[in-house]
Amino acid sequence: MNNFPILSLLTFLPIVGMGIVLLLPKKQELSIKVTTLIVTAIQIVLSIILLMNFNYAAGGINDASSFQFIEKFRWIEIPGFAWIGKIKIDYFMGVDGLSTPLVLLTAIVTFIATISSWSIDKSVKGYFAMFLLLNTGMMGVFVALDFFLFYIFWELMLLPMYFLIGIWGGPRREYAAIKFFLYTLLGSIFILLVMIGLYFSSMETLADGTRVFTFNLLELMNHANYTQTGILSPLNPNNLRFIAYIALFIGFAIKIPMFPFHTWLPDAHVEAPTAISVILAGVLLKMGTYGILRVSYPIFPELTYQLSWYIALFGMINIIYGALAAMAQKDFKKLIAYSSVSHMGFVMLGMSALNTMGISGAILQMFNHGTITAMLFLIVGVVYDRAHTRDLDSFGGLGKQMPIYTGFVTVAFFAAIGLPGLSGFISEALVFLGGFGNATTRILTVISTLGILLGAAYMLWTLQRVYLGTLNEKWKDLTDLTTREYFMLVPLTIIVIYLGVNPSPMLNLMNASANAMVKFISDAQVIYGSLNAF
Amino acid sequence: MTENSIINISLAILFLPLLGFVVTLLLGKKVKSIYLFEVFLITVVLIASIFLAFSKLSYFIDDKIVAELEWFRLSDTLVFNLGFLLDNITVLMLFVVALISALVHYFSIAYMKGDERYNRYFAYLGIFTFSMNGIVLTNNILMMYIFWELVGLSSYLLIGFWFEKKLASDAGKKAFLVNRIGDIGMFAGILILFLTYNTFSFDAIFQAIGAGKLPFNSDFWLSVTGILLFMGAIGKSAQFPLHVWLPDAMEGPTPVSALIHAATMVAAGVYLTIRIFGLLTADAMMFIAVIGMLSAFIPATIALTQNDIKKVLAYSTVSQLGYMVMALGVGAYKFAFFYLVTHAFFKACLFLGSGSVIHAMHHEQDIRNMGGLRKKLPLTYATFLIASLAISGIPLTSGFLSKDGILASTFAFGSLTGYWIFAIVGFLVALMTAFYMFRLIIITFHGEPRDHHKFEHAHESPFVMAMPLAVLAMLSIFIFYTPNPFSADQGWFFNKWINSAELHAPNATRFDFMQSEVATETEQTAEHNSSHGEITYSEKYTEAMHSAHYPAMYLSLFVALAGILTAFVFYQWKKVNVDKLANSIKPLYNFSLNKWYFDEFYHKTFVAGLLGLSKIIAWFDAKVVDGIVNGSAEVTRRLAFFTGGFDKYVVDGLVNLMAYISGFIGLIFRRVQTGKVQTYLVLVIFSIIILLFLF
Repeated sequence: MNNFPILSLLTFLPIVGMGIVLLLPKKQELSIKVTTLIVTAIQIVLSIILLMNFNYAAGGINDASSFQFIEKFRWIEIPGFAWIGKIKIDYFMGVDGLSTPLVLLTAIVTFIATISSWSIDKSVKGYFAMFLLLNTGMMGVFVALDFFLFYIFWELMLLPMYFLIGIWGGPRREYAAIKFFLYTLLGSIFILLVMIGLYFSSMETLADGTRVFTFNLLELMNHANYTQTGILSPLNPNNLRFIAYIALFIGFAIKIPMFPFHTWLPDAHVEAPTAISVILAGVLLKMGTYGILRVSYPIFPELTYQLSWYIALFGMINIIYGALAAMAQKDFKKLIAYSSVSHMGFVMLGMSALNTMGISGAILQMFNHGTITAMLFLIVGVVYDRAHTRDLDSFGGLGKQMPIYTGFVTVAFFAAIGLPGLSGFISEALVFLGGFGNATTRILTVISTLGILLGAAYMLWTLQRVYLGTLNEKWKDLTDLTTREYFMLVPLTIIVIYLGVNPSPMLNLMNASANAMVKFISDAQVIYGSLNAF
Repeated sequence: MTENSIINISLAILFLPLLGFVVTLLLGKKVKSIYLFEVFLITVVLIASIFLAFSKLSYFIDDKIVAELEWFRLSDTLVFNLGFLLDNITVLMLFVVALISALVHYFSIAYMKGDERYNRYFAYLGIFTFSMNGIVLTNNILMMYIFWELVGLSSYLLIGFWFEKKLASDAGKKAFLVNRIGDIGMFAGILILFLTYNTFSFDAIFQAIGAGKLPFNSDFWLSVTGILLFMGAIGKSAQFPLHVWLPDAMEGPTPVSALIHAATMVAAGVYLTIRIFGLLTADAMMFIAVIGMLSAFIPATIALTQNDIKKVLAYSTVSQLGYMVMALGVGAYKFAFFYLVTHAFFKACLFLGSGSVIHAMHHEQDIRNMGGLRKKLPLTYATFLIASLAISGIPLTSGFLSKDGILASTFAFGSLTGYWIFAIVGFLVALMTAFYMFRLIIITFHGEPRDHHKFEHAHESPFVMAMPLAVLAMLSIFIFYTPNPFSADQGWFFNKWINSAELHAPNATRFDFMQSEVATETEQTAEHNSSHGEITYSEKYTEAMHSAHYPAMYLSLFVALAGILTAFVFYQWKKVNVDKLANSIKPLYNFSLNKWYFDEFYHKTFVAGLLGLSKIIAWFDAKVVDGIVNGSAEVTRRLAFFTGGFDKYVVDGLVNLMAYISGFIGLIFRRVQTGKVQTYLVLVIFSIIILLFLF
């Protein structure tokens, strides 16, 4: 397995698929769809192979030797000139317990989203080409271990997303697409600046003994690699690491999306077609929290530790604020969008705890939220496809008209509420246990538990308004689920129930990394404390 | 019989109803009679639970059987387990749940006949039984919470079973949300426990407390933990101030009310308190006692005036649960569980009886439209009467034994601590209980029929409905618990079967009369703290109980008879004009009729507050947060417009100006370029002369 470039294959297979789609004639809509489906199916197979060969004991995080499926070679090399020196950028990919669950999530969610995209009838070829490009971007972000490569994938997924919302979206699609694009681009600029700052502050020693600036994330995590004078070097007493941390954090936080940078999300969701909402909420939001865990945390461990209370604070605000905002929505999809804001708050709260339960809970919550929210958006899509409205007050009594569909709705809603037996509970419980376990975040965690009440309130209220009560005569012709919709909802339901009953497979995957992260950050306190001394 | 087989039987008892749920739900549409599968399974569960109770009480009566397995782990020190804890209380409770669940299944076969979601109803009963058994069997607080929430789900599904009715779906939602308020407290308690002890297991936690390890190293936080955990019970057992969901829950099918909202699920709160009894401090117990007292008193006053047969029973349920909670608060641990069991039977009997009445009256629930039904429904009447005598605490019934015990305990508590309020309220509530129960009986079954049409069509229920009533009424008789109808003390149930409480909270935090004698003696020299173990109430307590026994018994008998007599005077013999009486105390009457305005109060404050807050947040989000985003976009756009203008008119203008100027100059000098050599020559010469002149 060691020499098989499984991660590159996972990442670039969609590009190959895109090539095929572009070569196919425009009229061959079915072949285009099938090609996409096959590509995403192969990705699932590949990620299962990845899982089967995964070493559960290897932690990763900052230790290159315990990353798995590593692919590394010199990608760009420019001989030195002026003070910049030699430029060297690696093509460096690898996974650990932090990224593997998200690779798996991406594969599953894009597969489901492909099935959901079957109903696209406007310029099919363009849609699926963009869809596949997006897929590459997402996969790439989760497997890249070089900051430069990471950034390229990060930007790569922006473009197709812009078009997918802007062309195939709802009535206000252009506004939403531009808002999404500009907002994320703003974040990207912050990330770019910090990336360049880090590059010029650190030196990597090559095999031949020469020292060069580096984008290698793992090298950047080692304090010993920094120069004495680099502006982001911990060795430089006048460094700008604090500002850089905030900038980087905001760059990622926009993607989460963290209050107050979240308002692009409801607009993007409301306008995006169902499949794109599924990907947006299911995968894209996780890139924000993943970025923080992969990049911000280990590169700036001392600031992470110092600022953990603020991370928890914003997590708490997301949880409560998102839930309250969701409660007031009249648009079904907007409500679910705000519920994502609330649920991503749990990820941030867990991260901020800096202990095993918190970090594990956060990663697990990323995966669980990805599957649960995918279900929720599909559910909205099902009803919107039939009724062509998402106005919550215009529904009622669908439970009688569409009983099987309502069964799935009940599972998804209760999973979102955090009902034990379904996956959301485990991650939320771990987040709370972790947050409470850290004295810094304890009070904020206690306040956050209000979220489980508020979450239940808006979810059950929605359930009642749409599915319970007497049937609105307008909807007496609505039909229950189609076979295609079964194919979307059944796999997710199985995952949600299975991981609720037996979370071990997923937790075992991430345990070593979660523990490594905790250890790295706590060890770093001693190291960085002594650095400041001289 | 080995411990292993005990565990295996417990596993079957736990999971068979889940199997019933899955199969019945999935095949419900296709196989019309699939509900029989669920009915069959619950029968198996009932037999298994009888067998289990029998085996446990015969072979392992003094043992505590524990089985654990690892659920998941995060690291070597962070291991999450699931497990069973079987003591006598567990197996008795399992039997109670299985029996009532089975009887309710049978009853429902006829009661729910013709419902369009017939099979789904039975599936829901299955998942409820599964969840409830999980609560009963667990050995750790996290697993308790898990099944706790699942019970909440089943309750939600069953209350809102007829979800087309707005009232039903409202009630389901209300039940779930009100319960969640309590659950947050319980969860916070769990957080404290795990932080302190790194385990969820009751036994391990108790041991650590016994060894002197306390949350945040303080007695105060141990009390807080106890109270937080108890908040779960406040929700689930519908205690004041979260009692408001239970009366609304009556929107569910009546057999469900009997199973969930009378006998089992609402008793889960009491069961939880029994399980955590070991860590309760005197402060926590005082809190519990006060909550129990208020929950016994307030609903009793409400039940006096209600006209919906199920509402009366619902308020009476809250009130009786209040008794159990109060009993735990004053340290009467055994009586609390005893009353839990006996109440489960007679209250289920009352609810099923009301179901029988409602069924016979074609879904009429208002007692003002009933009357004289004893002639039409003799068996229902007889069983209802027995159960009512039991709940009122009349001798020869199980209720007399258990309730009398609780009253005696409050009496003893009063004499030991000086807090007589619990005894006073206890007897007062006993009086009201007897009164409203017989008011209900007299208006429903005695006198003349008020709605003749419905009366004519009323008929006694079929066997599957009558049989459960008979069984439950039978179990309301003393003989199943003790040979002596006046005292439970010598009975097998009370004396042999119920384990004594174990107390683990530090001696200093307990009530004086509950301190372990051993520990007190060795306190100064305590090298190994032995304050945990079986509770040994002080001799003072035994004496107090002893001297309280007879006064309490006579007094409780007196108030029960007084209550019944008053009901007869008011409603049977009509010696007092009830309407006139109600009019003369109009404000009080309305206060009771309107349930102390709790719902209105909560609605105006919490519900309206929350909705208002959410509207404000949504407005803030759209106008302010997003406003800033759009505003800055707008500013950028304006700025771009200006820079665009600047660029066009100033920057580009300058460029154009330069071009224009050079063009203009060019225009002038163009004339010079005539193309004639002579002109150039002249110009050159002129230039040279000027240059020479200049330098």
